[in-house]
Amino acid sequence: MTEDGFVPGRPFFNGLLAPRTHTSQTTPMHPLLRLIQGIDSLNRRIYSATCWLTLVMVLIGAFNALARYGDRFLPVRLSSNGWIELQWYFFSLVFLAAAPHALRLESHVRVDVFYGRLSIRGKAWVDLLGGLLFLLPFCIFAFYLAWPSAMQSFDIRETSPDPGGLSRWPIKLAVPIAFVLLTLQGVAEVLRRALFLAGKVTAKEAGLVPAEPEVDQVAPDPEATS
Amino acid sequence: MFAVVFLMIFLGYPVAFSLGGVALVFAYLGVEAGYFGWSYLTAFPDRVFGVMSNQILLAVPFFIFMGTMLERSKLAEDLLRTIGLLFGPMRGGLALAVVFVGTLLAAATGVVGASVVAMGMISLPVMMRYGYSNELSSGVICASGTLGQIVPPSVVLVVLADQLQVSVGDLFVGSLVPGLMLAGFYALYVIGVAFFRPECAPAMPKAEREQASGKLIGQVVRALLPPLFLILVVLGSIFMGVATPTEAGALGAVGAMILALLNGRLTLPALRGTMRETTKLTSMVVFLLIGSTLFSLVFRGLEGDLWIEGLLTNLPGGRIGLLVACNLAVFVLGFFIDFFEIAFIILPLMVPAARVLGIEGDEMVWFGVMLGMNLQTSFLTPPFGFSLFYLRGVAPKEIPTSAIYRGALPFIGIQLIGLAIVVLFPEVVTGMLD
Repeated sequence: MTEDGFVPGRPFFNGLLAPRTHTSQTTPMHPLLRLIQGIDSLNRRIYSATCWLTLVMVLIGAFNALARYGDRFLPVRLSSNGWIELQWYFFSLVFLAAAPHALRLESHVRVDVFYGRLSIRGKAWVDLLGGLLFLLPFCIFAFYLAWPSAMQSFDIRETSPDPGGLSRWPIKLAVPIAFVLLTLQGVAEVLRRALFLAGKVTAKEAGLVPAEPEVDQVAPDPEATS
Repeated sequence: MFAVVFLMIFLGYPVAFSLGGVALVFAYLGVEAGYFGWSYLTAFPDRVFGVMSNQILLAVPFFIFMGTMLERSKLAEDLLRTIGLLFGPMRGGLALAVVFVGTLLAAATGVVGASVVAMGMISLPVMMRYGYSNELSSGVICASGTLGQIVPPSVVLVVLADQLQVSVGDLFVGSLVPGLMLAGFYALYVIGVAFFRPECAPAMPKAEREQASGKLIGQVVRALLPPLFLILVVLGSIFMGVATPTEAGALGAVGAMILALLNGRLTLPALRGTMRETTKLTSMVVFLLIGSTLFSLVFRGLEGDLWIEGLLTNLPGGRIGLLVACNLAVFVLGFFIDFFEIAFIILPLMVPAARVLGIEGDEMVWFGVMLGMNLQTSFLTPPFGFSLFYLRGVAPKEIPTSAIYRGALPFIGIQLIGLAIVVLFPEVVTGMLD
């Protein structure tokens, strides 16, 4: 498996639909660990699907750029506010939906001047406290603020103010949903560290080691410059 | 509030959420102290929505996609090798190739780590094999990888433009001359080293050159010209106002895919890697922005912005005082935090003060370019410099950390000269603007 749980060679649709089968362990699993893995896999699947949106977004973006020019020369009007809005809808979905799994992948930036020197237990403490004091309150609060505004938008079935624009409420609804998913992932991250620090599970079982290296990084080629 | 947030950030919890969390704590204090009511924070969803529908930020994933595609499809690597071959017969040729490619390509990947890591992995082993000194190799890689940040089209400049409220096109144009000037200085330095200390930067052995020369033309046509053309088209269309940066970014991303396809490199792993990298980086950048949005909302509620503005505008020396203070702050912070954090947390505080002191329009572009160059210098400065860390991460064990530090020193000197030129002669930035 690669860093984000792709099984190479397996189409992502399988990963999305097929049940996970790797739970056949001999030692009984800590029940909370099962919950943690459930959250992990939910957000990983959302993330995997989201990745394809970047490609779609790039294509739509290019289409929009060309369409703006096409309009000058062609009898039919290609560009529309709908397509232009779709572009940033996808942009929003990409970062909103990917944030939880990005948390799992440790790709939200940290300042590691100090953190980098901590032991694995020390790191777990920082993340446990950070999760409890910052991440979870922030996510819950953001949800609490975003929910009424999304509901209001839904109640009036808000649409774009521009002609040909899209419905506005689905994308507004995506914000609180994203914060729910992020909260879930935050709970998973806090729990796995708590379990580890309490000595209930090993760091490996908790999924804390290693920070899996990128598999498809550019590797130095021995044949260089020949 | 700032002190607390920096303390928390230094502990190492992800910056985006530290910002949001600390903001909440202070929001509570602010409500208790009667600065504002909780209803004040209902502006937050609107701000988030503003980020989502921001047309400028939309260019960020496009440029990341373009750069990562070129890297993952190994087109960037081919480019580096070809230029290496082209310059190889010259003493110091490989180092020049690194400067050239760094200027051209690193730009698009945006995050300082990515470009230094990629260049380090590709070119460091090659330079070592041909007998380049450790200092020169690591110095030139760090400097060129970092340079990409202020050479357009770079993601960093897009974000910077959004924060400074200037047009991305203007910032691209304004940073072009200083960026190329720095690249030129690097190249001059490399040539100087090759001339005075040839043992540090040998030419390729003759046998290899002759072996390669037959294929060289074909390789130049195949590996060098298309990516060069792509970057120039993307930049050109922005400079000439034909396309918005967002449009140019999207077309550039498609162009990178087409190039990969033509070279038979548009494989599923490359595409998937690109998509994942784009998703991760985009999410990282935008969440940083969302966290800092709440932070600055609360900070403003507590009237901290007025306090900072008063502080910055009442410095002795007026504008000079402000410039010195901003540069010092950015330089020191650059040791610890990356460009995006500085752009989202620190810049919003400096910009209003700069406006009060009459830095507007073209001068604001200049202000941005200056801070960008300053940050680059900061990223190169031992012992904390980001670029040095990243290179250390991918450099072979034979290269001691001290060599990386020593290698960076001459380039820091060059950077400072460049920075001084930008500060003393703003025309290098503003002269290109209409």
